[in-house]
Amino acid sequence: MWNSPHHIDLLAKNVLFSSFSSPPKHLDPVISYNENEWVFNSQVYEPLLQYSYFNIPYQLEPLTLSKMPTITFLDSSNNETKNSADTSYTRYSFKIKENIYYQPHPAFAMNMKGNYIFHNLIEQDIKKIKTPTDFNTKATRKLKVDDYIYAIKRMAIKQNNSPILASMKPLIIGLESYSRKVSKAFDLKEDYRLKNYTISGVKKISATEFTILVKGVYPQFIYWLSMNFFAPIPWEAIAFYDQQILKEKNISLDTYPVGTGAYLLAENNPNKQIRLLANPNYNHGFYPSTGLSKDADQSLLDDAGKPLPFIKEVIYSLEKESVPAWNKFLQGFYDASGVSSGSFDQAISLNAGNMSLTEQMKDKDISFISVIEPSIFYFGFNMADEVVGGYSVKQQKLRQALSIAINYEEYISIFLNGRGVAAQSPIPQGIFGNLSGEQGVNTFVYDWKNNHTQRKSIATAKQLLAEAGFENGIDKDGKPLVLNFDTPLTGPDSKAILNWFRKQFKKLNIELIIRATDYNRFQDKVRTAQVQMFSWGWNADYPDPENFLFLLAGVNAPINTSGAGVNGANYDNPQFNKMFKQVKQMKSSPARQQLINKMVEIVREDAPWAFGFYPKELALKHSWYKNVWANPLANNTLKYKKINAEQRMQAIKVWNKPITWPLWLLLFFSIFAIYPLIKAYKNKQQKVIK
Amino acid sequence: MDISQISEVNGISLLWTDMMIWGLMIFLIVWGKYISSSLQVQQKWQIFFQSKIAMVSSIVLSYYLIITLLDSIQLSLEGGGTLLDILLNHMLNATERTYSAPFAITEYNKSLVVANDGIASQVYLPLKHVITDTSIVLQSVYALIYSVIIAGVLFFSHLIWLNSKYKASLKQTTLKIIRSESKLPWLTAYITIFMLILFSTWLLQLSNFYHVMGTDKVGEDVLYSVLKSIRTGVLIGLLSTIVTLPLALILGISAGLFRGWVDDIIQYVYTTLNSIPGVLLIASAVLVMHTIMNNNPDWFSSTEERADLRLLFLVLILGLTSWTGLCRLLRAETLKISQINYVSVANAFGVSKLKIITKHIMPNLSHIILITIALDFSGFVLAEAVLSYVGVGVDPTMNSWGNMINQARLEMAREPIVWWSLFSAFFFMFVLLLSANLLSDRVQKVLDPRA
Amino acid sequence: MFAYLIRRVLFAVPILIGVNFITFALFFIVNTPDDMARAQLGAKQNSPELIANWKQKHGYDKPLFLNLDAPSAVEGITDTLFVQQSIKLFVFDFGVSDAGRKISADILERIGPSLAIALPTFIIGIITSISFSLLIVLFRGSTLDSITMMIAVAIMSISGLFYIITGQVLFSKILHWVPISGFSSGWDGFKFIILPVAIGVFAGLGSGIRWYRSIFLEEINQDYVRTAKAKGLSEIKVLFKHVLQNGMLPILTGVVVVIPSLFMGSLIMESFFAIPGLGSYTIDAIASQDFSIVKAMVFLGSVLYILGLILTDISYTFFDPRVRLN
Repeated sequence: MWNSPHHIDLLAKNVLFSSFSSPPKHLDPVISYNENEWVFNSQVYEPLLQYSYFNIPYQLEPLTLSKMPTITFLDSSNNETKNSADTSYTRYSFKIKENIYYQPHPAFAMNMKGNYIFHNLIEQDIKKIKTPTDFNTKATRKLKVDDYIYAIKRMAIKQNNSPILASMKPLIIGLESYSRKVSKAFDLKEDYRLKNYTISGVKKISATEFTILVKGVYPQFIYWLSMNFFAPIPWEAIAFYDQQILKEKNISLDTYPVGTGAYLLAENNPNKQIRLLANPNYNHGFYPSTGLSKDADQSLLDDAGKPLPFIKEVIYSLEKESVPAWNKFLQGFYDASGVSSGSFDQAISLNAGNMSLTEQMKDKDISFISVIEPSIFYFGFNMADEVVGGYSVKQQKLRQALSIAINYEEYISIFLNGRGVAAQSPIPQGIFGNLSGEQGVNTFVYDWKNNHTQRKSIATAKQLLAEAGFENGIDKDGKPLVLNFDTPLTGPDSKAILNWFRKQFKKLNIELIIRATDYNRFQDKVRTAQVQMFSWGWNADYPDPENFLFLLAGVNAPINTSGAGVNGANYDNPQFNKMFKQVKQMKSSPARQQLINKMVEIVREDAPWAFGFYPKELALKHSWYKNVWANPLANNTLKYKKINAEQRMQAIKVWNKPITWPLWLLLFFSIFAIYPLIKAYKNKQQKVIK
Repeated sequence: MDISQISEVNGISLLWTDMMIWGLMIFLIVWGKYISSSLQVQQKWQIFFQSKIAMVSSIVLSYYLIITLLDSIQLSLEGGGTLLDILLNHMLNATERTYSAPFAITEYNKSLVVANDGIASQVYLPLKHVITDTSIVLQSVYALIYSVIIAGVLFFSHLIWLNSKYKASLKQTTLKIIRSESKLPWLTAYITIFMLILFSTWLLQLSNFYHVMGTDKVGEDVLYSVLKSIRTGVLIGLLSTIVTLPLALILGISAGLFRGWVDDIIQYVYTTLNSIPGVLLIASAVLVMHTIMNNNPDWFSSTEERADLRLLFLVLILGLTSWTGLCRLLRAETLKISQINYVSVANAFGVSKLKIITKHIMPNLSHIILITIALDFSGFVLAEAVLSYVGVGVDPTMNSWGNMINQARLEMAREPIVWWSLFSAFFFMFVLLLSANLLSDRVQKVLDPRA
Repeated sequence: MFAYLIRRVLFAVPILIGVNFITFALFFIVNTPDDMARAQLGAKQNSPELIANWKQKHGYDKPLFLNLDAPSAVEGITDTLFVQQSIKLFVFDFGVSDAGRKISADILERIGPSLAIALPTFIIGIITSISFSLLIVLFRGSTLDSITMMIAVAIMSISGLFYIITGQVLFSKILHWVPISGFSSGWDGFKFIILPVAIGVFAGLGSGIRWYRSIFLEEINQDYVRTAKAKGLSEIKVLFKHVLQNGMLPILTGVVVVIPSLFMGSLIMESFFAIPGLGSYTIDAIASQDFSIVKAMVFLGSVLYILGLILTDISYTFFDPRVRLN
């Protein structure tokens, strides 16, 4: 085996091989807000709650908590109340598990006198140190509720640039004023423990209990608590990492997290590889025994109740290009792989709408898992634009016509190989509020025929276009309609995609001008409402319809927020806005569903988006990779997974036999070529002599 | 005035780059007429074309140039397009659904089909725009016949022209050419031209029935893309070189001639530019260009014009960042020449600088200029592919070999491999660059006084 | 000699200032500091407050070239982004990247992999090119000569991307000879560098052979070679004893200029083969618009280029007794 990109010895061990395509920029949990960072962070840090592995619809369960938080509603004078009308505050009470310990780390190491050994490092101490694991002495400490409170305090420090501070400030009582005070004091002295001020709404009750007071009713708050922003941070780590000589070596909390999770980050070389090791102090996680639906593969529960984690080491290698990563997966050097559109046909064949593996994959005993992601990609119209915007019936009709013309079913089949579902509303499947079947059809774009949706004909679209005042793509002054589409698209596929968009508009005899820009410029144009049409996407932060409907709320339109909002279409419908306010505060219930249905119907008629599609994630895995289940919201699932290294080694050996005959052939020919050369030279010499 | 409305002439409109390439052509013809009046120059070119390789490669280059020029006449007919588009119209309209191999009659991958009785099956879907009720051999014979006719007419008129020039009989001239006794290797030229005509008619003839080079991911004919890419490649090569020339000439000669502070400043400028790694400089300049274009969306009214403007800027950037090499060579050579006696004498007699430049310096620099042009040309064509890979090349909607090769990265990873896009782009690019490089070899041999 | 060196180094200073000026001007037309902040902070977190914080933290809150708010005219020029950041560059303090990592630490770490590709490509490239060109000089004028020259031109006429794409498919995907991409330091890394080096050498063979051949041909036509041949020395002996030795001077002086640039790595090769060197560092920095890295790399590239020029001058004095620097 000449072509192994890994050490051959490691392939035979209980080591998982994976890849990352862009290096994580921030691993500090208070900043990190990127999926490619959470892949690592979530294995190390443990917030209070997690998504349960198998449950669909998505459901939260305690992680470091001993039970789910208790929720109490309080009125304006802090008395408990049952009546939601007078609720002024909501109190969340938490009780964490006993005996959870941090990973071994030099920051905790103390000498006999009880002083921290490594908090005052000098040059000599760290000559040979490349990562925190290289320190010879490491120690641990028990998890305290103070660490959770400390994390919230750190989030409040403006200088830390926490992305959720702005949304948390109005929510958590006292956070705003604390943030002001502590941010001012932050530069003055090094108060590592942040003991000087307290947040009035966050209270420590005992060594294992604390409460958070939240303003009003905001049921989605609990989802935030499952994110790494609320993961515990030991103050010792901050004190340890705040040493200049460590920063010089790129060792900081932003590069080496310290947590209680199933894994610890042993090596972080963003240029080459990132390595996780099982945390030896981890003792509180067990494989789940419930939640798996009946029609799923029941062998997933074989390990129920066993202590986690199974895999001892994970090596993530940098793979910027999808092509080599895919080939290495086929050769067995990666245990799992996503499927890019370039490699799709090779792996999957579509059969009556169902995906099945191709023969080549079946031969290798590869299997796949797929799940519709809680995300949406949409084609937005700028409602503030003179041509495509506006709320009059005529203007609605123009957008409806275009929504019919942009055939996303075709897009999905050409560019995504069926890895997506054409969207009927802003709310993706799997999220409360999404309706399936006939109930969920967007009747402005689709008909319901023979038990499935059918896009309305181009003739209908042309009719709508004429009613909108652009008969056959010509306006009333006889000028052809020309529309602009802004896109940050680059890369190998972009030409085909952009041509495809032009084709869609051509169907209505509309000229589409593509304005390709880089991503920065694109964002800038959306923010300043300079785009006419654009396509963009949104990933759910949490599985609640509010997280999607707010993309269309008037309060989030860039024109209303001087560029800060996420509602790039600048959609601002008073009726919708009013209902959005209500939906935001409700718990999921039939009443909420009804309200959402009304909102969705309004949006469909106004058509500020052509709804685009919900992407489907598809992953392939080798037969030796076990306990794999797709849960797009749970990030800390590495601990459940398992490897059969022996089986892997055997497969790789068979698949990667070098083909050597061309080498011998080459050698043979080179030797053969020497003889005539020598002969020719001799001839030449003789000629010269003559 | 709105740029998009410039030069609407009798149903023919020109893009910026069209104007540049036609302007260049007219300049070359006028200049060629002017210098060919000198007997010395004529002799030099005679020697130059005596080499068979030079003959073949200049004919091949002209072939590319003709396609470029055909593709540089925009007709404002319905749907737009160029003269070349009219020739290739059948390919443009013959769009399939997705990949198909050269000469295939079905798609490359199986698709799901639900029959009337509701049974689903995996089949290779037939292509929509393939006509199979004729044989490839028969059509090839047709193509051969056509090309013999076309080539016959061409050669005959050339022979008559030769006759009138040398006042010999038709038979004599023909025999001379066939026996390779003519001054210039006309036989080679004839064979090359015939091969090119045969190649083109064969492709054209068969493309009426098949996708000769297959189709790409969205079903567009690869032959069409690759032919349209010729314009992009040739324009980038030619125009960028033309942009470098005046800068390098003016700065190089003035530095060498005037010396002193002029020389210091010019040396400073090109050393500074040279010391910035090339790709970085070009990439940042291209990003600047994107910004400027985004801030002025009224400069263009269609995707073609936008792509064209991007190409124009790319050409300018390539030119403005690559004049330093030639400038340095010219400076050194000018220094050397101006120290030769007769120049110093002319100087002492008070002959004007301009006269010194045109009479004494320019003629002695021509070989350096020509060799550099030929080398730069292939350098720019190659650079286009690399820049597309880095993401700062021509507009992604434009047909170009760089875009094709870039896409081929994904295609080569497929199983089975989709090889025809890469191969077609490679083939057409290779032939162009090979001819350019061979020609530059010949230029070096004939014109370089040292070689 | 020493005085000459000092002068050359001093001459480098205005050039480096010019280089800095160009990079600053170009980059900030494209990218306002606000853009950079947004790119670094990510799509979901760009409130104006966060952006202002970021700019202050990374020192981008000053005006570009002229500070009109400064108390004095001197400070109006010095208290600007350009001057502040340029001064740091001149003492090779590259600071932190926009993502918060130490650039000098990253550069030091990436030089190794870059050299692991560039150095073998360079050396093997020279050796193979010289051997091939010696061979065809031996058979000069024969069909072997013209065929090789045609092949050399053909090699030059093919885009490097084509070599890389087909090389990867053939040797890694089909024949399983080497890993598709990746890198590891030490002897274990041999299998990773073999393909990029082979491709690099092959792609450079065309121009290499042509250049060396012309040098050797020039030597072989010199009088002393004819004399040597007349004395009855065999062709091979003449080639190695006289032609190669005397050809060394133009070869060395021509080659020295590129040696420092080897440190910069190869942009395309490194990103195709996932080599964590300086070339891919640069490409990534352009893609992610990390200006701190871009300007550090441009500066480094310019310094190395100027170093190459100086080295060339020095090598002339070493190998050619007729040249004296003053």
